[in-house]
Amino acid sequence: MPRLFGNSHKMLFGLIALILVFFLALIIFFPLVEILQKSVYSSEGKLIYLEHFSLYLSQPNTHTLIGNSLLVSLTTTLIIVPISFIFAYALMRSCIPFKPLFRYLALIPLLAPSLLPAISFVYLFGNQGFLKSWMGENSIYGPWGIILGECFYVFPHVLMIILSALSLSDARLYEAAQSMGAGSIRKFLTITLPSAKYGLISATMVCFTLVITDFGVPKVIGGDFHLLATEIYKQVIGQQNFELGATVGVLLLIPSVITFSVDALLQKKQRSSVGSKFVLYRPKPTRLFDTIMFFFCLGVVLLLLIILGVSLFASFVKFWPYDLSLVLKNYNFDMMDGGGWSSYLNSLQLAIWSALFGTIIVFLTAYVVERSRLWAPLLGLIKLFALLPMAVPGLVLGLGYIFFFNSATNPLHGIYGSLTILILCTIAHFFTTSYMTAMTTIKQIDREFDDVAESMGVPFYKTFFKVTVPIALPSILEIARYYFVNAMTTVSAVVFLYSPQTTLASIAVLNMDDAGDMSAAAAMATLIVATSVGITLLFNAVSYGVSKASQRWRMC
Amino acid sequence: MFESAITISNVTKRFDDFVALNEINLTIDKGELVCFLGPSGCGKTTLLRIIAGLETCDEGEIIQNGKSITHLPPHKRDYGIVFQSYALFPNLTVAKNIGYGLKKRDVEKKEAKKRVKELLALVGLSGSEDKYPSELSGGQQQRVAFARAIATNPSLLLLDEPLSALDARVREHLRQEIRELQKNLGITTIMVTHDQEEALSIADKIVVMNHGIIEQIGTPLEIYHHPKSLFVADFVGKINLLDAIYKGNGFFGVGQLRFKVDVVSQTDIVVGEKMKLLVRPEDIKPYQESYEEVNIIEGDVLKVTFLGSFCRILMSIKGLLEEQLLFDIPHKMIKQFAIKEGNALQLGIFPSDICYFKDTHNA
Amino acid sequence: MFQRGLCVMAGVMLAGSTLMAKESLTVYTALESDQVKPYLESFQKVQPDIDVKIVRDSTGIITAKLLAEKANPQVDVVWGTAATSLVLLEQNGMLQPYAPASLDKIDAKYRDSKNPPMWVGNDVWGSAICFNEVEAKKQNLPLPTSWEDLTKPIYKGKIVMPNPASSGTGFLDVTAWLKIFGEKKGWDYMDKLHENIGQYTHSGSKPCKMAAAGEFPIGISFEYRAAKSKKEGAPIAIVYPKEGLGWDLEATAIVKGTKNLEAAQKFVNWATGEEANKLYAENFAVVAYKGLSKKIENIPENYASMLIENDFGWSAKNREAILQEWSKRYESKSEPKK
Repeated sequence: MPRLFGNSHKMLFGLIALILVFFLALIIFFPLVEILQKSVYSSEGKLIYLEHFSLYLSQPNTHTLIGNSLLVSLTTTLIIVPISFIFAYALMRSCIPFKPLFRYLALIPLLAPSLLPAISFVYLFGNQGFLKSWMGENSIYGPWGIILGECFYVFPHVLMIILSALSLSDARLYEAAQSMGAGSIRKFLTITLPSAKYGLISATMVCFTLVITDFGVPKVIGGDFHLLATEIYKQVIGQQNFELGATVGVLLLIPSVITFSVDALLQKKQRSSVGSKFVLYRPKPTRLFDTIMFFFCLGVVLLLLIILGVSLFASFVKFWPYDLSLVLKNYNFDMMDGGGWSSYLNSLQLAIWSALFGTIIVFLTAYVVERSRLWAPLLGLIKLFALLPMAVPGLVLGLGYIFFFNSATNPLHGIYGSLTILILCTIAHFFTTSYMTAMTTIKQIDREFDDVAESMGVPFYKTFFKVTVPIALPSILEIARYYFVNAMTTVSAVVFLYSPQTTLASIAVLNMDDAGDMSAAAAMATLIVATSVGITLLFNAVSYGVSKASQRWRMC
Repeated sequence: MFESAITISNVTKRFDDFVALNEINLTIDKGELVCFLGPSGCGKTTLLRIIAGLETCDEGEIIQNGKSITHLPPHKRDYGIVFQSYALFPNLTVAKNIGYGLKKRDVEKKEAKKRVKELLALVGLSGSEDKYPSELSGGQQQRVAFARAIATNPSLLLLDEPLSALDARVREHLRQEIRELQKNLGITTIMVTHDQEEALSIADKIVVMNHGIIEQIGTPLEIYHHPKSLFVADFVGKINLLDAIYKGNGFFGVGQLRFKVDVVSQTDIVVGEKMKLLVRPEDIKPYQESYEEVNIIEGDVLKVTFLGSFCRILMSIKGLLEEQLLFDIPHKMIKQFAIKEGNALQLGIFPSDICYFKDTHNA
Repeated sequence: MFQRGLCVMAGVMLAGSTLMAKESLTVYTALESDQVKPYLESFQKVQPDIDVKIVRDSTGIITAKLLAEKANPQVDVVWGTAATSLVLLEQNGMLQPYAPASLDKIDAKYRDSKNPPMWVGNDVWGSAICFNEVEAKKQNLPLPTSWEDLTKPIYKGKIVMPNPASSGTGFLDVTAWLKIFGEKKGWDYMDKLHENIGQYTHSGSKPCKMAAAGEFPIGISFEYRAAKSKKEGAPIAIVYPKEGLGWDLEATAIVKGTKNLEAAQKFVNWATGEEANKLYAENFAVVAYKGLSKKIENIPENYASMLIENDFGWSAKNREAILQEWSKRYESKSEPKK
């Protein structure tokens, strides 16, 4: 094998790739295998195939749960996809002012844990809510509360997909249609909708999946209205029934896997439908239309801000609803459930380490896959592991971690209950999106940089640090920011993995709410949002500084 | 005798089922400028990348300056490379780009600086040290890439379609510059191109490739006037192609016409064999009395296309059913021979200007 | 005499252990989180060399966790957790009997009757209803005085109670009703009560906190949370239903198979000793250590006499069946209530 050993650079690459394969298998693949296995074995360790499923599905309660989950997910999807479409349409196809501001504000829910909207809605429409009268005879505790909370939570996710779908429309098509005398409605139906078709399908499925696998909102505001996602939590945390938890988890895996596959398929189609000679559509001002669109966007953004503001306000109220004087006592977390201020510090640590290691590993993975020219099946395996987390809801991933790392036979058993396992889980949970960001950037960087450098005898790692990293810096910062914010806000995967020493802020919100300390929960949620906003601003500032410093060589 | 710089023997490369290169044999002499010419997908870039060590060959050997480099990684080989995209590092200044490979070789800082300055002067960009690539024009970027490639004094320079991203005027100008620099430096150079004009104008030697094999190796003149295959003839320059049957004694039957052709050796063609005849448009001339031993044909002018310095005439020919002929004449001769659409015209073709090939396709 | 000997031995061991590296002890507890901190500070004063890791959660969850880990226990001591749950663990053969130093000072009612006992009580916690007077006035709700009162139609949707599967308080209420009304009538009672329930909560504290905030005017909770909320200024009246109060003990036991038996015994000695009980007495009207119980603000003097007869053995044995029945009756109907 002189060819392999003759090339020390390639050997280094190969070593890195092997380490990555092993690492990704450890944090993504094996835990998943474990949960699939758990769902077909009895608690005594006997292979029983689908018995858990048939047993579980035969219970009348299960049908109610599935029905409830479908009801909530479908309703949310029906509400939020049209709203997001109109909002995105306004941003891309109208001439309203403040577009960037609207865009930023619309993404604010990404910075909050999904528990926050639920808390806010309790303060707004609960029995002591400001706007209780709006609910009439209905209670916010139940499907309506869940749906409203989920709407807030999924809106930015859906919006981003539709925005990118609408950005693909070719101006020439509209001009051609106009020259043939097509009216605005005809143009909308024959050009706009078909070109956004795949984006809309993908947005619909992502919305549905996000809602059906979220448990933060229903946990806080669901009252006695139970869903599949809360059922996993109850089975695993409440009754330590891991087999059943695994069973429900695998059920929840189904919509995610379908969404993921359809999305992968659609992306291929979407790509092939865009020609290379492509002229960006520029909207022309239309008074009536622009006015309507402006007020629509304003309305949506105001709603988001109000929901956020309610939690902020509630976190300072002394004794809701009897003493509305503003105090800081709700921030005295140490006297409440959830682990006190150390939870917040733990969350900060988790966020920093996940951002640091997550970014390094993600970028390295994308680089190796795109640039190493190693044995294709090996790279294919890395790619598969990198894309897998997209199809796995956090609850299922967390459960897989329990099974995999808490087994006495696992030599890594020791990290169970430590901050390390939380970091690993967070890196895995948000791997795919980060990986795709890194991939897009690396693909844009000329592959021949490496060839030229090698021809001059400069090893690839030097070029990696001297050229690739500086060029990709803005996207590296974005990945780090993404990891940081998600580590601060996530509940779903880590809720199974925290220990008394590693309680987290987002989970403290959940536990404080469980114990009835709503205002403290609001306070912690507010603190999380404030931290996320602060970090986002900080990263944006750094990113701005970087691009300012490098604007001489950056083309755009 | 020239000493050979690169010897390639039996190099084969497969991508899954697709054979990209099939037993390539080639010798490149020191100081030569060789062009790999061919349509896209012919394997020319793959061959260049194998020489560069950016791809590995499945079989065969490559010897550079007497040593086998077949299994050496790129950084252990001795060459500089320029890509079509230039691949200038956007975040490094011109000076740092050119000096990128110098650091590695432990050249002292001062010396490196001096070298960069020299190189910039060489490519006519003195004073651009602190500019970033994005602040230069395409042609200037290409010069920087060139300077960077020769910075380490490699014995071999590889150019991968270096000019195809530039517009026509800059391209023409730069290729002459590259040629001159190459001559002055005496550096062995391989340039990949799909532009036959570019290859013809600057190469010492052209290697025409198609479907992973070498069709012909030769000087530009040889390639143009004595193509060894139909493919080469068709790919390099414009041609008229006629179906013919060999009648013996250097005579070919084309339709109802008979053409006399200079046949080099009569041993490999048989009377009655199906053949293809090939004439370049510039080798067909309006018939003049002074012509001797010339094939004379008659026809009507169908179309006159003005192409600047010359005109291209499309003719229908008496005695030929479907085939039409193209020929080029200088602009001023149009009047002299009263060439006009619809007019009749006599043409002459010298036997030495006609090439013949076996018609392998219809055999 | 024998006891004193034990004390001396413990003292010797203690002296010996201070020379050794810091021991670590994992303790599960269902005590309220606002209590755990001051308690632990007291323990660390006595035993600075034992590093205590506390896992705190609702009774149901602690119980489920312990049962799930039966084959491979992760814990040394269970502290401040419902005696019912400890009896259940004992029935599963998971406890290590131990007679703590001050066992003779513990009220016989509040310890396991075996010798040495499997578990020893810390304090009594029992049902109490938090009733929001402000909301009551607004909504014209009369003050309930009995369990029976809670089933009146006027309270429809106004009551919150803890889910007995996750909350020890919820479970002691359910067992109390089955005791007070008898099994059949007990379930009938809960059927009627269910009609009035606005929400079942995860923890036993939440109903009282919700009542305090007026979110639901009536919360079935326990006396510590009720008294504390009232002290903090919540506009609530605390109702002790006249049929009698369900109750349970917060108790402490050593888990069989512990690798830190010595440290576990030290912890139990402290947790059942005078110092700790004095602290419990700050929060609970009845503590297990004889003579330390004292009056607590907002809890009546005769609190102890209101407690019903209790049989932990029965509660433990029937725990799973009761919870299953409860879940079947009230959980599968998860339509939202209006």
